[in-house]
Amino acid sequence: MDLTPTPSQTVGPYLHLGLTDARSLSRVAGDGTKGERVWLTFRVLDGEGAPVPDAMIELWQADSEGNYGSAVGSDGGTPFGGFGRLATAENGSCTFETIRPGCVAGPRETVQAPHINVSILGRGILKRLSTRLYFAGEPANDADPILALVPENRRPTLLAQPNAARPGNWIFDVHLRGQGETVFFDV
Amino acid sequence: MSSSLVQSKSGPNRPVAPFRRHEPGTQPDSLYPPYRATRLRAPSQPLILLPQTLSEVTGPVFGHSSVHPNDRDLTLQHASEPLGERIIVRGRVVDGDGHAVSNSLIEIWQANAAGRYAHAKDNHAAPLDPNFTGTGRTLTDNDGFYRFVTIKPGAYPWRNHDNAWRPAHIHFSLFGPAFVTRLITQMYFPGDPLFAYDPILQSIPNERARERLVSKFDLETTKPEWALGYRFDIVLRGREATPFEREER
Repeated sequence: MDLTPTPSQTVGPYLHLGLTDARSLSRVAGDGTKGERVWLTFRVLDGEGAPVPDAMIELWQADSEGNYGSAVGSDGGTPFGGFGRLATAENGSCTFETIRPGCVAGPRETVQAPHINVSILGRGILKRLSTRLYFAGEPANDADPILALVPENRRPTLLAQPNAARPGNWIFDVHLRGQGETVFFDV
Repeated sequence: MSSSLVQSKSGPNRPVAPFRRHEPGTQPDSLYPPYRATRLRAPSQPLILLPQTLSEVTGPVFGHSSVHPNDRDLTLQHASEPLGERIIVRGRVVDGDGHAVSNSLIEIWQANAAGRYAHAKDNHAAPLDPNFTGTGRTLTDNDGFYRFVTIKPGAYPWRNHDNAWRPAHIHFSLFGPAFVTRLITQMYFPGDPLFAYDPILQSIPNERARERLVSKFDLETTKPEWALGYRFDIVLRGREATPFEREER
């Protein structure tokens, strides 16, 4: 048997049928999860700055102490699973409720700043796009080994910005292409 | 902010066993202009190579508590059976070393036999079937096998270019053990004359890689007097050999 990994294909415009709505997870952290509660609003925009109404965002994050719960159920049975999934609305946006993750061990002696691993899927996206959400103003960002790989002028594309009007709310714009294009990673 | 300054309890930075990168040509490029929607949605900048960390080699365990036995038989989800050709789709999920990916969620969705999705945005002039939603889920067993019963989806037009039709397909979504093993793909049916005209399938440069998305008719899976069987095996990324394993070879 050929063990080359199976190729990716787009989720297409009807992804909601199989992946979201009843199967959506907007709360990454349930009640009682330790940590600073945050609401993250993603806005997905195309190469002309138009909102993308048929994308899906998936999140994978550590808990407030920097541990990943890979052995833990993620769909409501336990307070914290670390996984979230939502389709974008007509305005290209969706909002998750979670807790701010802790620092995570990095390669060798490094420490990764609090971050959330983000997948973007959608019509016109032939293979999953991977990026990371970091928090603007976080002191640990300066020593983050992954941010250090990103040209300085593009780093701001990975920083969620606090919404001054609503404490605990952050905004993360994903520019798929063109001006202000978000940094995507080959993971 | 104080929470983010807590040091990780994950230990003194254990080295992680990374997953192998894809061979060139075996996955689609993000930008494939014949598939029109990629022109405004594919990044123009090269991806930045990320050395895999704990964040990439861990992944969610999702869906286990909510999978129903009926979820894997798409013909039993309504009052009556859906119209169309009943089929069985069966296969095995393994990683790049041939090891079973066991107890892992697979989600599928598809059009009905007439080529229409039960989705508010699908306005193709083909009938909906009140007995077919087109959504399924299951977990792989201990040996990585899965099995769905469904009906064969129809081809449908999609306006990407003049007289554009999608070959019949079933969407598959898999998680595997890590953030980097997440895979969403489409399964096709053998011998479909639309393959050559479909930019979504043709976006994969390597012909052998494209063929891996085409299921095979399988007499062993076929159930006498009841339904044809198709076999669709899926390979997720495997881990790179550890230094220890390399010495062993």
